[in-house]
Amino acid sequence: MPAPTPTSPRIIPIADHALLVEFGETIGEAAHDAVLQLDQALTDQPCQGFSEAIPAFVNLLVDFDPLVTDHAAVEAHVRGLLGTTRRVVHAPRLHEVAVCYEAPFSRDLDEVAERKGHTVETVIAAHLLGDYQVSMYGFAPGYAYLAGTPEAIQLDRKLQPVRDIEAGSVMIAGPMCIMPTLTMQTGWWVIGRSPVKVLTGDPTRPFLFDVGDRIQFKRISADDFARFGTQAGGHG
Amino acid sequence: MAEAKLKVVMAGPHVSVQDGGRKGQMRFGVPASGPMDRRAFAIANAALGNPLSVPAIEVSMLGLTLDCIAGSVTFAVCGGEFRVQLGSETIGSWAVATLREGDRLAIGMGPWGTWCTLAFAGTFKATSWLGSVATHSLSGFGGGKITTGQELVIKDAQLRAHRERPIVPPDWTRPEVEPRVVLGPQTRFFAPETIEAFLAAKFSLTDSYDRMGVRLKGPALPPEGALSIPSEPIVRGSIQVSGDGVASALLADHGTTGGYPKIATMLDDDVSSFAQNRPRGEVQFRAITPEAAVRLARERAARQAGFLERLAGGR
Repeated sequence: MPAPTPTSPRIIPIADHALLVEFGETIGEAAHDAVLQLDQALTDQPCQGFSEAIPAFVNLLVDFDPLVTDHAAVEAHVRGLLGTTRRVVHAPRLHEVAVCYEAPFSRDLDEVAERKGHTVETVIAAHLLGDYQVSMYGFAPGYAYLAGTPEAIQLDRKLQPVRDIEAGSVMIAGPMCIMPTLTMQTGWWVIGRSPVKVLTGDPTRPFLFDVGDRIQFKRISADDFARFGTQAGGHG
Repeated sequence: MAEAKLKVVMAGPHVSVQDGGRKGQMRFGVPASGPMDRRAFAIANAALGNPLSVPAIEVSMLGLTLDCIAGSVTFAVCGGEFRVQLGSETIGSWAVATLREGDRLAIGMGPWGTWCTLAFAGTFKATSWLGSVATHSLSGFGGGKITTGQELVIKDAQLRAHRERPIVPPDWTRPEVEPRVVLGPQTRFFAPETIEAFLAAKFSLTDSYDRMGVRLKGPALPPEGALSIPSEPIVRGSIQVSGDGVASALLADHGTTGGYPKIATMLDDDVSSFAQNRPRGEVQFRAITPEAAVRLARERAARQAGFLERLAGGR
């Protein structure tokens, strides 16, 4: 089977109710852009029996109702969407997300600096300079994978996961950055904490980010963190 | 309006509030959740004349005991073969009956089955999240786990004496020992002989079993060079293989993406009857084509709809 590409995806049937559309086998911008474009195209022009789509790094899962349609019909629809000339992709939103890099929120910041041979301030500056994009959600509700951690501060995950990492922690591993929505066990490096809630509690927009949105981190002090959300317009 | 109050005397692990599920949110990391056995859940509601997906309690293998401390309400139990005691009387595991003030309802482990639904003729009040009370076990979002000491409230509690009767469970509600799968989507990470071994062998369910999934015991299915695959979408029923070759079936509260290859995926409807197998129960996966899978889904849906219609209409 030839490897899939952004212009020539591989489409694989899943059980009785889904297709996996693959635009690549390794993480890359072109494959992810193709995922976002197909995701948008399906939102604009869903096929008969379309249930939902799950975008990931290099592929998009298209879930459908087998009582209404089947794999062949959905595949034909998807191929039709790919074949059309590039439509306007809705502009991704840019979110400014506050982060406090001070103790006790930044338990691994010193070790990240030491391992990368930087000062703590350099690590913070590098993290703030990253141009992050919401690649996908996974693992748990609102658990967004943000691609864009600069190479200068990239580290593999810890060998042993650490328990009870708080929700809202800003964590990095490899090219990814995550803010967990639940207290969890994780091997990611905790460099700060954000008071911003990805699970907004707003029923009209329960998740702060859409896949494809851009994120810019903004540094705040521990005092700002404590005050956050008490002023209007503090979110987003 | 009449109200019934139930006090939880004992709740086993994994007993939770469920409804038809929270669909359409997988892109945000939220699986549909909902009942582990969707068929039994729908049957319980149909037997009461309820809409099929209204909130009810999902009881796990280790059971649930409730005292009715106020009011009275007709209820249905369906799914598996549990021991159901109403006061001093043993009623069938699949039945509609009425719980009155002072009665104790005890649902305990019986000869087979892992999950059963307890539904009510009334409105079971529970916390909703994203439009559904289905409990997502990892986060606790939704109606939540049922715990010992808790008080449950049924609003608009009704007596439906004309519906009280044993229900004869159809054969298709038994645990499925030959779940149908479509191979993939990541068969390319497995040697042909590994895929053969997957289909030829019996796998048993282990005690590592909850609403997120169950680890399986069977031959090792070593993936080839799959340790660095980018995280990919997951659906309910995926058979995922970790780096050490151990397979797991992902169930109602599955993660929505993950980096382990999926060797096969169960048909959606088979996931319900697969989940009624107990730890140490054996299954053998049967591969069918995607076309056959869709045909089977349609046949099954028609068969189940017919049964539910007769049950709901039956007086």
